[in-house]
Amino acid sequence: MTSLDAWIPLLVLLTSFVTGVIILALGEHRVAARTALNLIGAVAKMGLVAMMLWGVFHGHEYQTRIPFLPGFDLVLRADGMTVLFSTLSAGLWLLTTIYAIGYLENSPFRRRFFGYFSFCVTATMGVSLAGNLVTFFLFYEMLTLTTYPLVVHRGNEKSIKAGTLYLAYTLGGSALFLVGMVWLYSIAGAFDFTETGVLSALPSSTHGSLVIIFFLFMLGAGVKAALFPLHAWLPSAMVAPAPVSALLHAVAVVKAGAFGMVRIVYDVFGIEFAETLQVLTPFMIMASFTILYGSARALVQDDFKKRLAFSTVSQVSYILLGITLFGPLGTVGGLVHLVHQGVMKITMFFAAGNIAETLHLHKISELKGVGRRMPLTMGAFSIAALGMIGVPPLAGFISKWYLGLGAVESGNNWVLLVLAASSLLNAAYFLPILRVAWFERPDRVWEERHARGWLEASWWLVIPPVVTALLTVLVGLFAGSDYSPLQWALLITGREY
Amino acid sequence: MIPVLQQPETWLVAIPALGAATTFAFREQGRRGVVSFVLAGIAISTAMTFAKLLLRGPYSHSIGGWVAPLGITWQIDGLAAAMILLTSLVGVMISRYALEYFGSSAEEQRQAAYFWPLWFFLLSGLYAIFLTADIFNWYVTLELSGLAAVGLITLSEKPQALTGSMRYLLIALCASLFYLLGVVFLYGEYGSLDLTTLAARIQPGSVTQVALALMTIGLIAKAALFPLHFWLPPAHANAPSPVSAALSALVVKAGFYILLRLQLVLWPVVSTRYLAIGLGALGAAAILWGSAQAIRQSRLKLLIAYSTVAQIGYLFIMFPLLHAGWAGDPLWASYAWAGGVYQALSHGLAKAALFLAAGVVIHAVGDDRLDSLRGLGEKLPLTATAMALAGISLMGIPPGAGFIAKWLLLSASVASGQWGWAVVMILGGLMAVGYLFRVYRRLLTARDVPVLHQPPRRMEAVALTLAILSLVFGLSSYPLFYLLRIGAPASVGLYLEGLP
Amino acid sequence: MTVVSIYGITGVLLFVMGVFGLMTQPHLLKKLLSLNIASAGVFLLMVALAYRGDKLDPVPHALVLTGIVISVSATAYAVALAARLQKITGSPTLEEPAVDEP
Repeated sequence: MTSLDAWIPLLVLLTSFVTGVIILALGEHRVAARTALNLIGAVAKMGLVAMMLWGVFHGHEYQTRIPFLPGFDLVLRADGMTVLFSTLSAGLWLLTTIYAIGYLENSPFRRRFFGYFSFCVTATMGVSLAGNLVTFFLFYEMLTLTTYPLVVHRGNEKSIKAGTLYLAYTLGGSALFLVGMVWLYSIAGAFDFTETGVLSALPSSTHGSLVIIFFLFMLGAGVKAALFPLHAWLPSAMVAPAPVSALLHAVAVVKAGAFGMVRIVYDVFGIEFAETLQVLTPFMIMASFTILYGSARALVQDDFKKRLAFSTVSQVSYILLGITLFGPLGTVGGLVHLVHQGVMKITMFFAAGNIAETLHLHKISELKGVGRRMPLTMGAFSIAALGMIGVPPLAGFISKWYLGLGAVESGNNWVLLVLAASSLLNAAYFLPILRVAWFERPDRVWEERHARGWLEASWWLVIPPVVTALLTVLVGLFAGSDYSPLQWALLITGREY
Repeated sequence: MIPVLQQPETWLVAIPALGAATTFAFREQGRRGVVSFVLAGIAISTAMTFAKLLLRGPYSHSIGGWVAPLGITWQIDGLAAAMILLTSLVGVMISRYALEYFGSSAEEQRQAAYFWPLWFFLLSGLYAIFLTADIFNWYVTLELSGLAAVGLITLSEKPQALTGSMRYLLIALCASLFYLLGVVFLYGEYGSLDLTTLAARIQPGSVTQVALALMTIGLIAKAALFPLHFWLPPAHANAPSPVSAALSALVVKAGFYILLRLQLVLWPVVSTRYLAIGLGALGAAAILWGSAQAIRQSRLKLLIAYSTVAQIGYLFIMFPLLHAGWAGDPLWASYAWAGGVYQALSHGLAKAALFLAAGVVIHAVGDDRLDSLRGLGEKLPLTATAMALAGISLMGIPPGAGFIAKWLLLSASVASGQWGWAVVMILGGLMAVGYLFRVYRRLLTARDVPVLHQPPRRMEAVALTLAILSLVFGLSSYPLFYLLRIGAPASVGLYLEGLP
Repeated sequence: MTVVSIYGITGVLLFVMGVFGLMTQPHLLKKLLSLNIASAGVFLLMVALAYRGDKLDPVPHALVLTGIVISVSATAYAVALAARLQKITGSPTLEEPAVDEP
């Protein structure tokens, strides 16, 4: 271990934090400098994360420890889960940055947008690198606050309302989390996240309190993960610009919530101890219900982004479902879906944003024939949608396969029914979009917002969804290779039981 | 060595007083010179006081060589030093701000001519309060700083400012009399005014209880604890902005500080659980009432002033937690103490930043109606950032310094099983989000606003610096805890003794 | 009843009367007079406590002197402020001025 290793987690954060500060300090009209900074920051972060990926695979330890309060340190540390989540975040940040540069061309408040965008990613990376609860909470709150200006970006009444709803939910969740954290520390003292958990050694007289604490944590994180009935903020936050929605749904906020649940279950309580406390089943039921509920709501939305939003509500709960299915296979399914859902969902939001930005279409019923006008965009969307439904060999199939195995392994056969029903519902709300876009004739003259170039839209907008669609195929096709998300999930799972 | 160099703590009081007495004599340029001299003096003597404290440990200083019981004793320990640090940081920043705030028009220069002497007297009085360990001397210094504060509020000459300051004056004088009556009883019973001597002699008994009760009433009125807070919002909201900042950040803390000193030294002997719980209950009511009022305000400075009412509540929740700690595990008491003191400091920094930022807004758009803030975030990004960062601390969100305070207070209440306080504090945090985001929401609204006057950069920079400081103290709590540990009473020092 | 307690009780009574007047009288001048009555009560008590058997304790006298100085200057200042207030608002009381927010 070299001394540099202790600095890498901090550097990962600084690459985007410093970028954000400089962008805010630069004037609104310094477009070129801002673009350059954004790309440099994103690429540098990718590089550092790739280095961590390689390092963790080869047994390096990356840990930054900063004294915070007597007895409590801020710990940034890279373990298997960190790498899984931060690779996803760093990769998708780069793509979303490219996309946002194209998407927001000539729109107002770009300085503020990209500044907070960078802070938001810093917070997400912080969540993934956090090595204990205090650190996690710090970045979790930072994520809430830095996302707010992005949600209300347009500054009109509707977005302000959505922002207020968002805050009310997420900070309410944070309050629960904070109570749980203070309570747990008063029982267990200070500790770091540890594989297989740390609480099983506590005397059984504390188990009653621990059950309540578990609920406080899971509900606190569940707000961000849009778990039913705590999900109402997510569809309303769709008023934000497309790159924000993409980031919110695929990487930042809902994923931070899901990742928080992963940490709580595996690295604080420990999956086996959580099973002993019998706290997993209620959340398994909640997750199952949310999966079906989200799909059912998605089915009846005509607004394109709203349908995607309810689909997120449904899909993120797959992760929780995987966590709560006691057994390695379920865990693998949940963890791998953390990545797969991100890649697929971001493709869809990129595509929806492209269509809205280029053709000014927001409703599914308006999409007739869009496939011919924007083949690359719709092609990418179609791959992602098929992936979501679970068509082999795409990414979503791998997730669902392992979730199904996990259900059988843990003896919860009824979950198979949930998975099947959900897949049917997925098909029922995604396939009509594909049918409308590819097989119906356009019923209108396209309302072109920009002069048309040789591509269907600006290349800033087209490249990101194409890349993520390719990824959707590749992570499914090469799930067996060494660095695939599935292999990482298997590696992590091996250490948790 | 020259004796005067060995007593930097006396300079802290003397230099601002000297500045106050001399700024009268100067016009604009000369006044700037005096101000620079005083600020440099404050910075140097603060640093030297700290150096002396670090080298010698806690020490006392008998003024003019007269020792107690006849003379007046100053005591410098970590707690006093922490308050001095706050006063110096905020005081210097407010002074820098005020140099820009009062422009060069004849009217504004006339105001400045009154501002500087009063402001320096206020600083001098505050330093004296934090240094003193003598119950009668506290009366004198409270009056000194109180009168100066009243004078400062009247500077804006608005009718609301005049009524606000008059009400403040009457309350302050009456509160001082309550306090003084308590002092008289204590002196009659124990024949000493010196805190250390009193601590050695004090006995439980009805006279002592009455005396402490009278002093407490006087001090909570000075600290604007609910329900004796009614004078605060009009006074703080209508004063000129640098004055609002000083009042909210520093002056209300003086009453709290004296109460805390009495609590630490005298109360372990005579305090009852019910008195402590009573103070805590008032604190809880202050949090809920102040926050609820802040949510209802339509003017920025009133909103901030009600937020002060609420934030002061947290300071008083410390008392029942201390008491529970003394009755149970001393570790809880030490959590509560560290948390309470941290709250005083973090609130001081954040609230000063917020009031100064509000002053920038008034300078830019001419009034402080919340609706005037619409769209201002793009026009005054530095000020908007200052408000946002200061708010992080007030909401008790990491890495704000307020988070450390609330974390420790929460830990104390959860560990001692007093869930009620924890619930109130969490609710208070959420309500703070509620009222602060009424501000931020408007800052982020898309609207093209006319900025009447571009405010001086330095005013914006000062507000931002204070806001950043409130985060710096939230990211690294160790320096302040090392300071607080020096001479911390054994009854509350357990947590800090564990420092590496 | 000793001399000390007669003075002492009178002092406390004066204090209570003063505080009561401060709270109930609307006119500012009367409020200030009430405050002065209350402080006279405190000072009286202080002087009474100086009498300890045969010896006289000098400290309370010094305190009373300090207190009187503070009380006089505070009163002077308050009177000036009250006069100013009446000039601007036209009322010698603390009723909220009719002038509304800017």
